[in-house]
Amino acid sequence: MKYLDEYRDKEKTELLIEQIEKKVTRPWSLMEICGGQTHSIMKSGLDQLLPPEINLIHGPGCPVCVTPLELIDKAISLASMPEIIFCSYGDMLRVPGSVGNLFSVRAAGGDVRIIYSPLDALRIAKNNPEKEVIFFGIGFETTAPANAMAVFQAKTQGVENFSILVSHVTVPPAIRAILESPEVNVDGFLAAGHVCAVMGYWEYEPIAKKYQTPIVVTGFEPVDLARGILNCIQLLEEGKIGVENAYPRYVQQQGNLEAQKLIKSVFEICDRKWRGIGNIPMSGYRLNEDYEKFDAERKFSGIQEIQTNESSVCISGEILQGIKKPDECSEFGSRCTPEFPIGATMVSDEGACAAYFRYGRMKLSRTNF
Amino acid sequence: MCLGVPGKVIELYEVNGMKMGKVDFGGAIKEACFEYLPEIEVGSYAIIHVGFGLSEVDEEEVEKTYELFREIESFSEKLPDPKK
Repeated sequence: MKYLDEYRDKEKTELLIEQIEKKVTRPWSLMEICGGQTHSIMKSGLDQLLPPEINLIHGPGCPVCVTPLELIDKAISLASMPEIIFCSYGDMLRVPGSVGNLFSVRAAGGDVRIIYSPLDALRIAKNNPEKEVIFFGIGFETTAPANAMAVFQAKTQGVENFSILVSHVTVPPAIRAILESPEVNVDGFLAAGHVCAVMGYWEYEPIAKKYQTPIVVTGFEPVDLARGILNCIQLLEEGKIGVENAYPRYVQQQGNLEAQKLIKSVFEICDRKWRGIGNIPMSGYRLNEDYEKFDAERKFSGIQEIQTNESSVCISGEILQGIKKPDECSEFGSRCTPEFPIGATMVSDEGACAAYFRYGRMKLSRTNF
Repeated sequence: MCLGVPGKVIELYEVNGMKMGKVDFGGAIKEACFEYLPEIEVGSYAIIHVGFGLSEVDEEEVEKTYELFREIESFSEKLPDPKK
């Protein structure tokens, strides 16, 4: 497929890796923010092709992984109610709550539907006026334009039986939190290309300057990732600080202004708890006053506070912060697998544990030990 | 969830006042909303994410990338590895 196959080209990737080998003179730790990038790195074997000086640390950019347990439990409670049709992206259904998951709700007779776009949930609401339709609106800045449009359209079209359970998080506060953590040592960041396609990369410039850490906007295919790594290594080796764009075919500095406009008119910034990490101030979006009647948490505020119960053995918090790698977990690949995940990082197509499991990194690590 | 996929816009139309269209992902056809890409035209390529066009491909930048590869290839042939 055009604009995809050529960025999966083995020879071009090898050419860039050769350049990286020529540039690198000392060890560097780079963090790829997005879990989609982690999966692409593991799938293509890029981590094994890079020179040993380069350590790739996997970042927190997996929305399924960082959605707080309290909200998963709330989703399970809401989805269990008979008058509700609960709509979600497929990944969220297997995420373990304190007791069970959304699949177990569906197995017990709950109307839980997997959808492709929030506009599908809006359509379901219009076709089922006797039901309440809730969409589980999770994600980073990439899904925010879609969720904002669904809510805007619900208001414009007067669809009152539609609401969103919002768990939006944003990248820049997470980068700041990582750089301020004494446990994490990151020399440079590969920023998530599609987040930047929406928001641009102007927000990263003051972060790079303040923390003296280069940030390179990077895509998702092996050629894009190798180019992002090469740019970042060049900056580090030359002692330069700044933000560079290694994904220019889709990203401009200012981002998509139309999308930002609607995000601003529908959402407001709020503190947000990240599963496994904790509260990060001003790191999320919630619906603003004008759209509060579409906020499922406010609409169904009668739901009792749920006593959450997080697994005591799961180290996903440390994995999401780049402190540990998945194969350092005692449960990895034994008690915790994608089929029976203990933690959210083993569930998602963007979770680092699932990437290590799927692409066989446990075999290598076990042999090494 | 950040994995947008590039596709070719093959049809554009309006639904409930929204700019919508059909996108060809290498043979699989899906509907997408193009409210955030008001200038997009049939035949263009865009990144589609959860049913929304978020960014149109910049052909000029694609050409620059190819040029970059041509440069790297010619340099790789000419220059010795500084570490060897």
